Amino acid sequence: MSKSKSAYSIPGKKGKLDTHIIVVWVDNEAGVLARVVGLFSGRGYNIESLAVAEIDSKLNISRITIVTTGTPQVVDQIKLQLKKLVPVHKVADFKREDKQVIFKEMALFKLVGNNNKRVKALNACKKFNAVILDKTNKSCVIQITALRRDIDKMSNNLKKFGLVSVSRTGAVAMTRGAETFK
Amino acid sequence: MPKSISGAEIVFKCLEDQNVDFIFGYPGGAVLPIYDELKNHSSIKHILVRHEQGAGHAAEGYARSSGKPGVVLVTSGPGATNVVTALTDAYMDSVPLVCISGQVPTHLIGTDAFQECDTTGITRPCTKHNWLVKDIKDLSKIIHKAFEVATTGRPGPVLVDIPKDIQFQKTNYSKFKKENKSNGKIHNNFNHKDIDELVKLMSKAKKPIFYTGGGVINSGPKASELLRELVSITGFPITSTLQGLGCYPGDDNLFLGMLGMHGTYEANNAMHDCDLMINIGARFDDRITGKIDEFSPKSKKVHIDIDPSSINKNVKVDLPIVGDVQSVISAIVKTIKKTKPNFVKSNKQQISKWWEQIGKWREKKSLEYINSNETIKPQYAVQRLYELTKNKDTFITTEVGQHQMWAAQHYKFDKPNRWMTSGGLGTMGYGLPAAVGVQIAHPNKLVVDIAGEASVLMTIQEMSTAVQYNLPIKIFILNNEYMGMVRQWQELLHDKNYSESYSAALPDFVKLAEAYGCVGIRAKTPEELDDKIIEMINTDRPVIFDCLVDKQENCFPMIPSGKPHNQMLLGPKDQEKNKITGKGKTLV
Repeated sequence: MSKSKSAYSIPGKKGKLDTHIIVVWVDNEAGVLARVVGLFSGRGYNIESLAVAEIDSKLNISRITIVTTGTPQVVDQIKLQLKKLVPVHKVADFKREDKQVIFKEMALFKLVGNNNKRVKALNACKKFNAVILDKTNKSCVIQITALRRDIDKMSNNLKKFGLVSVSRTGAVAMTRGAETFK
Repeated sequence: MPKSISGAEIVFKCLEDQNVDFIFGYPGGAVLPIYDELKNHSSIKHILVRHEQGAGHAAEGYARSSGKPGVVLVTSGPGATNVVTALTDAYMDSVPLVCISGQVPTHLIGTDAFQECDTTGITRPCTKHNWLVKDIKDLSKIIHKAFEVATTGRPGPVLVDIPKDIQFQKTNYSKFKKENKSNGKIHNNFNHKDIDELVKLMSKAKKPIFYTGGGVINSGPKASELLRELVSITGFPITSTLQGLGCYPGDDNLFLGMLGMHGTYEANNAMHDCDLMINIGARFDDRITGKIDEFSPKSKKVHIDIDPSSINKNVKVDLPIVGDVQSVISAIVKTIKKTKPNFVKSNKQQISKWWEQIGKWREKKSLEYINSNETIKPQYAVQRLYELTKNKDTFITTEVGQHQMWAAQHYKFDKPNRWMTSGGLGTMGYGLPAAVGVQIAHPNKLVVDIAGEASVLMTIQEMSTAVQYNLPIKIFILNNEYMGMVRQWQELLHDKNYSESYSAALPDFVKLAEAYGCVGIRAKTPEELDDKIIEMINTDRPVIFDCLVDKQENCFPMIPSGKPHNQMLLGPKDQEKNKITGKGKTLV
């Protein structure tokens, strides 16, 4: 039996954490991102990454994609709390492991070094749809699109080829096949 | 062609269309155009408070006792920040408030102008929704939407921030038409299969209990009537949270009293040992559940709530029913009447052992205290107040602390909307301004704020409001010179180190009453208490009643922290056996 002098209960058992990708369709209005993000910080939920942009300028709809971790109970709460917000239209929730959903992140790598290193770097990036966006005698900027952990791996691998700067986006997600999320 | 009117006038047109009779507010630079317009709208009465927090709590008292949304009008900057406590309070306790705040003119927003603050930013986490009006054309739409959001689904506060230039600008106003289309945020489409499932569970249960909360009150008076019918056709025991008091008669034999940290022995033990828990409009708050891992371990749990996010938030339930309490109970009652017309009789045998057990718990008489002939015991004061006011339709508000719990334990309510208290946020200073709002809504009723001397000093300035509008509220102070609940925790858990919980300099409340232009009454002994209370009731003016009570009295029963429901701490006699030991002050 635990003993406490607190006016509050002691924390219970922690459940297993899963990674989820939450997609939220919102009215594109002032402060809407702050409402969504404030909900996460205010209730102590995690945000691993975040991507947001308007997707329909006529209907004024933005799509927010949030990667988060939590117990099943917490993830359920996140969805239900999001659905309560006035500017939120719908909320989708995908598990990272879900094969029916495509997840992508984009990264830009700036490398400085000789040609040899750059060719090696480009080779290393090949499986991730590498595109060279800028090239000088001494440097280049490579864009790749991949999963989070592949980008993590690449940013490590490229260090030996003269990686000096990394810029990356949050994940975006879409279901496979003809279906769309209602 | 409708004529063009100013933003300030649109505000009032909207309020008129929403049938608003009273607004609680305080003027200032950024709302002057709205205040200028006030004189042209005689159907709306403005109540001038003395502090914006008071406006918020008064509006809460008004809303809770009348079922209508409370309306608050404040200026920018400090006006808005002062109302934040009341908005948060209303958010926690699901009270519908519409707060209109002034803002600096649009071209000055973001420049750190005089009395500027990021009002929508500050109030975002403590409102259901808020709006900054940037275009005069949106104003009427936003205000009507604000009322809709505040009053539908699980009610709560909203805020509309209106820059001063928008109040001056002109546009057309088209009359408000109530839309029948739902905004997709209201959930009342529960499945009737779930109702059948619930009735099945009920007919099988051997140890059932109803656990009801503020949702029943928020659902309207009809919900309380239906609840009474449901209880009478099932014969199940019922307990209520702090916020739900009044939805079922407090003196009825099927009522086990309040549950939770300071709930009765029978209610908490029944919650712990039951095999079917039917939660109606309550939210498994931590003051109710105690230690969550050991909360009611053997029961099937059913949760009826209008807010889907309340389901499985703290406690995993077996059968969630998302819907308005009134419609859900009505469906349950209908189903029982149709499928099991003799439910009470056929079920009596099955739950008779359960009632026997409850009877044994009741014999503990957990609300008993040792009375005294010399000093007034606070419980005795509340009991006498109850006995002397129960034949009137009395409205009770409270502050926060021991007195609040004693009021909840010893004042028996038999109607909804008669009990206004700050439960979720626990705001000291709530009761006095709330009483102002209640009296505004019910000018001919007896309104008593059961108060503590520490709490009431936080918003005592609102006595001035009560005097200005001839509101005969009664401030019934249980004066023990301590922040009683703090003192109690320090006595029980912090080795009697009464750190900063004694008020060494208190005002003379009788003289204070006179200074405010109202009536002061003091009771010092149990002998004179009744006469003084009767004098208070018969005074047709605001009264501050200074009831000098036992300074050392503690509020029992009590579930000590980290303990489940079945390990309660009872009154002084029982206490010696169950001393709380151990260390670890880490969590407060």
